[in-house]
Amino acid sequence: MAAAPVATEHPESPEEAAELLRTLGEGGQAIRVRGGGTKSTWPAAGEPVAVEVVTDGLGRVVEHNEGDFTAVLEAGMPLVRAQELFTSTGQMFALDPPLGEGDAATLGGVLATADSGPLRHRYGGVRDLVVGISVALSDGSLAKAGGRVIKNVAGYDLGKLFAGSFGTLGLAVTVSLRLHPRPDETATAWGSSADPAALAGAAATLAALPLEADCLDVAWREDAGQVLVRFGGAAAERQAAAVVDRLRAAGLDDVRASADDDARWSAQRDGQRSAAGAVLKVSGRPADLPAVLAAARDAGGSVVGRAALGLHWITLEGEDLARRVEAVRAALAPRQCTLQDAPDAVRSAAPPWGEPDPGALVVMRRVKERFDPARIFSPGSFVGGI
Amino acid sequence: MDGGLSPALLAELRRACGADWVFTQEHQLRTYESDGLLQYHALPAAAVLPGSAEQVQAVVRACAREGVPWVARGSGSGLSGGALPITEGVLIVVSRLNRVLEVDRENARICVEPGVTNASVSAAVAPDFFYPPDPSSQIVCSIGGNVAENSGGAHCFKYGFTTNYVCGLEVVLPDGEMVMLGGKELDTPGYDLLGAFVGSEGTLGVATKAWLRVVPVPETVKTLVAFFDSTHAAGEAVGEIVTSGVVPGAIEMMDKLAIEASEQMAHAGYPVGRGAALLVELDGAEDECEARFEEVVRICEQCGSDDVRVARDEAERQLFWKTRKAAFPAMGRISPNYFVQDGVIPRTKLPEVLDRIDELAAEYDMKVANVFHAGDGNLHPLVCYDGAVEGEAERAEELSGKILEACLDAGGSITGEHGVGVDKRRYMPKMFGEPDLAAFQKLRCAFDPAGLANPGKVMPTPRLCGEVPGPYRRHPLEVAGLAERF
Repeated sequence: MAAAPVATEHPESPEEAAELLRTLGEGGQAIRVRGGGTKSTWPAAGEPVAVEVVTDGLGRVVEHNEGDFTAVLEAGMPLVRAQELFTSTGQMFALDPPLGEGDAATLGGVLATADSGPLRHRYGGVRDLVVGISVALSDGSLAKAGGRVIKNVAGYDLGKLFAGSFGTLGLAVTVSLRLHPRPDETATAWGSSADPAALAGAAATLAALPLEADCLDVAWREDAGQVLVRFGGAAAERQAAAVVDRLRAAGLDDVRASADDDARWSAQRDGQRSAAGAVLKVSGRPADLPAVLAAARDAGGSVVGRAALGLHWITLEGEDLARRVEAVRAALAPRQCTLQDAPDAVRSAAPPWGEPDPGALVVMRRVKERFDPARIFSPGSFVGGI
Repeated sequence: MDGGLSPALLAELRRACGADWVFTQEHQLRTYESDGLLQYHALPAAAVLPGSAEQVQAVVRACAREGVPWVARGSGSGLSGGALPITEGVLIVVSRLNRVLEVDRENARICVEPGVTNASVSAAVAPDFFYPPDPSSQIVCSIGGNVAENSGGAHCFKYGFTTNYVCGLEVVLPDGEMVMLGGKELDTPGYDLLGAFVGSEGTLGVATKAWLRVVPVPETVKTLVAFFDSTHAAGEAVGEIVTSGVVPGAIEMMDKLAIEASEQMAHAGYPVGRGAALLVELDGAEDECEARFEEVVRICEQCGSDDVRVARDEAERQLFWKTRKAAFPAMGRISPNYFVQDGVIPRTKLPEVLDRIDELAAEYDMKVANVFHAGDGNLHPLVCYDGAVEGEAERAEELSGKILEACLDAGGSITGEHGVGVDKRRYMPKMFGEPDLAAFQKLRCAFDPAGLANPGKVMPTPRLCGEVPGPYRRHPLEVAGLAERF
């Protein structure tokens, strides 16, 4: 863990944030940005920072263009509050990552970590849903990219560069979002099996069908697992019922469908986090699922994941975590496994980041040098010591 | 005609690509003087057609060593002058890199070289899968060009753009290094350089391989065309359809003039004289599609359409699309010349922006036909003029620029899919302030500190990268007095 910062700042506006960063940049004082603080342990410890810049003063709705299905919000707004606003108009921001303790996750934090949830299957990740961004940099400038329309190719797509940058390039102050209609009804079909091959086979079969499902997930806990498919919209129940036969045909047991499905999907999201255990996010391919399930079982872990995307979270709990983390990594190499939640003892033994292409890492370092020449944003905490 | 390239560089290009694939004669270079935007033309000092990624790398490396700028070109169908050659530079044509390297149905991935055409990606994964981005030029346009421009198409309202389907790129950087951005997997560690690269208009490097995501072909497709008295009424129908929760695969609008021109070419039996035609296509699961389709028909009728035609079979569906896709070339039937504009507005601003375009057309006494990707507010006004009349091209261009300003005033963008290229760089300062452009330049400099990849595109004025670690070298543009370091 990084040493406690000596001071905190709470800028109240984008301009104030930029001015603050100019001062900190000139002084060369290392900082870290904090949103809801629900994922602040994920990066590497990095170098000590002098100041923590908290975004709780940046929580305004700049605009919500209902008819256009777009919104511009300040980055400190908690995601849960943004969703309340959109729900009241029958809309949603189609991103459903776990919200962390107290549902405190902010838009800026979700952007910085590129976290996502089951809806990613249909709607893509944060990179695919953010249509514009404005950022405050360590030279005191406030720069924007993209816009507030859903189709736009003018200028470089800095929104994608900042998505997943873990606050190491600058401070995102506002984000423009593409919104979607919130389905009135949802329904889920699911089936179980104690045979990993049956689960992987069922998931692969469904992934290749034009189901237009909202979510297609897998889960594995202890000695059995599930494949879950969720539909949204007026025909959701009918669509879920139609998948039941396919799940049976694929050899799954206890196949069912229900419109009362919220708890099931909350559990999938919760499976991406662990209070006391270690969570590895696997960047794999859809066909890696058998290997992921095998690696998790061998290490005594559980799995949740997006079957058609090849993204999985393996959670290990109990003793000897550092060794088991490395065992999972070794089993899945060369696939990259990023350590997310983990106790301090594990973090000090196992580096959080995977390894990017060496050539790409050179460019990443140059990106960091250009955007944060003062090197004040969480130095040393990102991939390759950036 | 070697435009001052050194003999050593020319020899190296020939060694890298083979002498047959290095062109320096004027008659050879003419082929490449323009891309799809013909009002801009320039002959490069040399054009090379490498046959492998390694040959591309050798060319870029040689250019880097001599400080010679270069431009990558795919099929040359772009509409912003993004592939316009540089007189003193090398044009790298990737057309010979046209192999499909791997089809991986199990993972819904395909790996192709950059010269592969957009349409052949879908063909390679058919019949179970398809590649959704579908620019109108898809039969000829290349994946390399699509990556550079972040190409869209008629179906991107539902399916997204090129950037949502590229998961990995092998890229030759302007210093000649070959790197992998992203991969066959999603969420590879580190900054999303892939996301920054797609849509960078050839200014960050040249892609030599692309890993693309493909998706299952929808179970069914249903298409209709509805005619309205006015674009206002059709626009209202678009709003109703989208807010009702229907996500059409495509939703396209043509105005009166566009209908008239297209009908002359496609002969689909469209009623010439009607104010607007709305093409709506739904795709997906059969029963969901059927139910939604009835809703769309009802909305169109409620919004004033008394003529809704449903495609009875694939042939009729193709005819509807032919009429829509004929809109650009058909302009030639009603006007000697035309400019294609590419602006974006928030969809709800459609009525006021169309009124503004009408006002401008009247003010300039010129005809403007309108074709839109209505779901995402992407307008393609076609400004008609007669190039034989002195000064008319200039006035048409001015009018075209005013239309972009109207888009910006409505909160939109200067380009939805054609890119900035050379054509729109002068409008960039209207959309982006100095700090924004400076941030873009930071990205550019991280990839291309020497400014050799497609210089003069995207950014409104030439910019240099300032101090970089290592010995200071004067940039060719600086030496020539064309740019200053700041």
